[in-house]
Amino acid sequence: MMKRREFMIAAGALAATPAFAQSSWNETLAAAKGKQVFFNAWGGDERTNAFIAWTAERVRAAFDIDLRHVRLRDTAEAVQRVIAEKAAGRDSGGSVDLIWINGPNFLAMKEQRLHYGPFAERLPNFRYVDVTGKPSNVVDFTVPVDGYAAPWRLAQIVYVYDSARLPKPPRSMAAMLAWAKENPGRLTHPTARNFLGATFLKQALYELTPDRTLLAAAPTDANYDAAVAPLWAWYDALRPNLWRRGTQFPESGPAQRTLLNDGEIDLMISFNPAEAAVSIANNLLPATARATGLEGGTIANTSFVSIPYNAANPAAAMVVADFLLSGEAQARMNDPRHLGNPTVLDIDRLPPEQKKFFGEVPSIPGMPTAAELGRALPEPHPGWMTRLAADWEKRVLR
Amino acid sequence: MLRLAPPATLLIFLAPIVAGLLGTALPAFGWFPALGGHEFGFAVFARLFAQPGLGTSVALTLFTGFLATALSLTLALAFCAAAYGTRGFATAQRFLAPLLATPHAALAIGFAFLVAPSGWIARLISPELSGWTRPPDIATIQDPLGLAFVAGLMLKETPYLLLCLVAAIGQADLARSLATARMLGYGKFTAWAKIAIPRLYPQIRLPVYAVLAFALSNVDVALILVPTNPPSLSVLIVRWISDPHLDLFLPATAAGLLLFALVVVSIGVWRLGEIAIAHLARDWLTNGERGSRGAIRNSTARAMLALLFGLAIAALIALAVWSFTLSWRFPDALPDRWTNANWLREAPSLAAPATTTLFVALCATAIAILLSVLCLENEIRTGKRATKALALLYAPLLIPQVSFLIGAQTLLVRLNLDGGFVALVWAHLLFVLPYVFLALADPWRALDPRYARIAACLGASPLRVFFAVKIPLLLRPLMVAAAIGFAVSAALYLPTLFAGSGRWTSLTTEAVTLASGGDRRVLGVYAFTQAALPLIVYAMALALPAFLYRNRKGMA
Repeated sequence: MMKRREFMIAAGALAATPAFAQSSWNETLAAAKGKQVFFNAWGGDERTNAFIAWTAERVRAAFDIDLRHVRLRDTAEAVQRVIAEKAAGRDSGGSVDLIWINGPNFLAMKEQRLHYGPFAERLPNFRYVDVTGKPSNVVDFTVPVDGYAAPWRLAQIVYVYDSARLPKPPRSMAAMLAWAKENPGRLTHPTARNFLGATFLKQALYELTPDRTLLAAAPTDANYDAAVAPLWAWYDALRPNLWRRGTQFPESGPAQRTLLNDGEIDLMISFNPAEAAVSIANNLLPATARATGLEGGTIANTSFVSIPYNAANPAAAMVVADFLLSGEAQARMNDPRHLGNPTVLDIDRLPPEQKKFFGEVPSIPGMPTAAELGRALPEPHPGWMTRLAADWEKRVLR
Repeated sequence: MLRLAPPATLLIFLAPIVAGLLGTALPAFGWFPALGGHEFGFAVFARLFAQPGLGTSVALTLFTGFLATALSLTLALAFCAAAYGTRGFATAQRFLAPLLATPHAALAIGFAFLVAPSGWIARLISPELSGWTRPPDIATIQDPLGLAFVAGLMLKETPYLLLCLVAAIGQADLARSLATARMLGYGKFTAWAKIAIPRLYPQIRLPVYAVLAFALSNVDVALILVPTNPPSLSVLIVRWISDPHLDLFLPATAAGLLLFALVVVSIGVWRLGEIAIAHLARDWLTNGERGSRGAIRNSTARAMLALLFGLAIAALIALAVWSFTLSWRFPDALPDRWTNANWLREAPSLAAPATTTLFVALCATAIAILLSVLCLENEIRTGKRATKALALLYAPLLIPQVSFLIGAQTLLVRLNLDGGFVALVWAHLLFVLPYVFLALADPWRALDPRYARIAACLGASPLRVFFAVKIPLLLRPLMVAAAIGFAVSAALYLPTLFAGSGRWTSLTTEAVTLASGGDRRVLGVYAFTQAALPLIVYAMALALPAFLYRNRKGMA
């Protein structure tokens, strides 16, 4: 395995030699021309959908690529489709060209060798990706990406609250429980079947588990129970004080945001530090919405795009992945009027023609300061998330 | 050639269902080589029954299914009893078609906009009447008993059963019997119950079963309105199928069979209930008691139906209002800022699913009409009614969609048809054809055969008779059938999801996907478009004969 990885790195280095890279990239661009790319991406967030629609317009104009957004209810649907196609022996001409992916889904595809590539290092814009300052760009949930996916978007957990109703939000799990007990029904989280809901549990685990170092590797039957026991003790105390007494949960982050906007809850988890700012700008949250991290820091990760091994148009999919890494796309994504996610690029290294897109970002209300946001923590191994979600299901489904 | 029409129709039609059910059953009983299953047995079922929440899910499914069917039927019958022959009845009839053309999901989304704790109704009465400055922590949708789901189903199923009753009344020549009963001093309600229901019920039995099967196995309305921990069985199955680790794929196939069995048993239980009620009511039917005028019952039934129709219309208005909203905070009764930006922004992304919806519906409807007409022509020319065999056409309405779509999907992938337009139209045809056939059969059979005979006597060939006499005479029912077919296709969620492989998205799949998200303004745009498209087609279908025959008395 190590040998294989070393070979890949060497191959990546070779591909990065400018002349070779340029000619092979030109071939990729030529092969991509006029092709369709079915981009399978979770469709539950309108701002992201609008961003993908904009991307589609741009890649059509610039590369003559017909990008279609397949709006998923769950990323697993796309993984499932690739698996079904593999089972049916369709090893080329598959129906999925590009997937927005990370965490357990990425690992599942990697374990079953369903990824095309490695391709990330072949993308011309990959050289500007910040791989040292933002390690989650190359290690996804402790799993080395190995070039099988290209980063496009950074995320870090924040808790969004309405400062008009909740002037001082809790900044630790203990404080959150105490606050929820005093204010029953004012907190919820998305169902743990949703990645953000599982993340709510994961963040609590990070703070409550006795030995954090265990989280860096897959959980074992020997260490799992002891590691999660404090989390479930905390959660069992919290759950009766959640919205709907902890029997119903919103299906997704945006559904949860609607509850905050309607005043059904006062506090919610989000994976975008700009959630409050973007939502205020789009009239999805009141102007008094704010976001905060936690005293001990919060989990951060990277969203990737990957290409299934049997994609019909891998070249066109790579061109789209490269466009998502361009200064133009990253600056728009970074703009709190659109998505507000931190960029995956190292802006200082960008050439001027790309850097110019990152102009003055207007200061808009709702952005947390660096101090409020706090430290970025690495994601635990995906196995923790998978097991936590399954445990949660057993506790809640009766 | 024409003789081949009925068997060919059945083959196109039943083959995928049988194959799909088989494709679901094999893995459920352990045979799924791709996942290493080579031994038949009940291990998969054991895993299914070990899933958390399964019992609650089954109980919820049965409770909501029976309740929704019983309430829809009771209300439809009670309204007929209360209002038959009045102006209210005629008014209600005018609302039926547009209501039936509106997709379930759009109504369910609008209904949720109305009755949610932060919904329009709560906003209208807050804070003045209710005292709520923020939404109450009460589950008015996704409630543990599934009552919101029952109400959401009733919005469509009551009008559907009412329409079936109207058709049955037309055939049963009830007016004279009822007049006789009234002359003998029977109260209006009692006369209806004793004279009409025993004669009408057998005619609407199949639609009632279809409603029961639909209520037990529906996915799109359920996704919006049932509780989530656990949801009804059909939603649970869809959830399991999309599990990334495939752990739940096999239990999902077993659950598909379980749902199929639940529907079969439920229909059996319903049939037993029919027999029991008929038995128990025998004395009452013939005891000669005249009953009162039943004024309270009458006005209750009318008020309930008016409430139901009112809710449905308000639901559509709620969709429209949200689609033009910029911001609308609780507890304001109306948006504080309006905009058309939602429409302008969504228009480009709306185009593709709207086009797909339109073309799939047009293709499926055209094929369904062609097949139905061929079958009916064959029937008339040979004089043999293939009623028994063609009754199989209703199979897709009685078999839970998810039960055979799981297996059918694997089949489509094997045939390399998945995600293709052909597969999509085919999947839609399964559900469009029964309704189109149902809508065409009566007018076609009722057409006076002497028209065709006269034309033939004048020397016209059978083809010419068909195109020059029959089609023009039957244009109106053809158009109505087309409108119904279109509406059925436009509303299909699961078949589009499965056969479309995500490559084809319709307004319905988009609206249901968005319903789990957060932005009501965008959801309003999609759901309103979803509701509007079949309504526009329906209006056009009615306008065409009226326009073509504007100078032909009695044909428009």
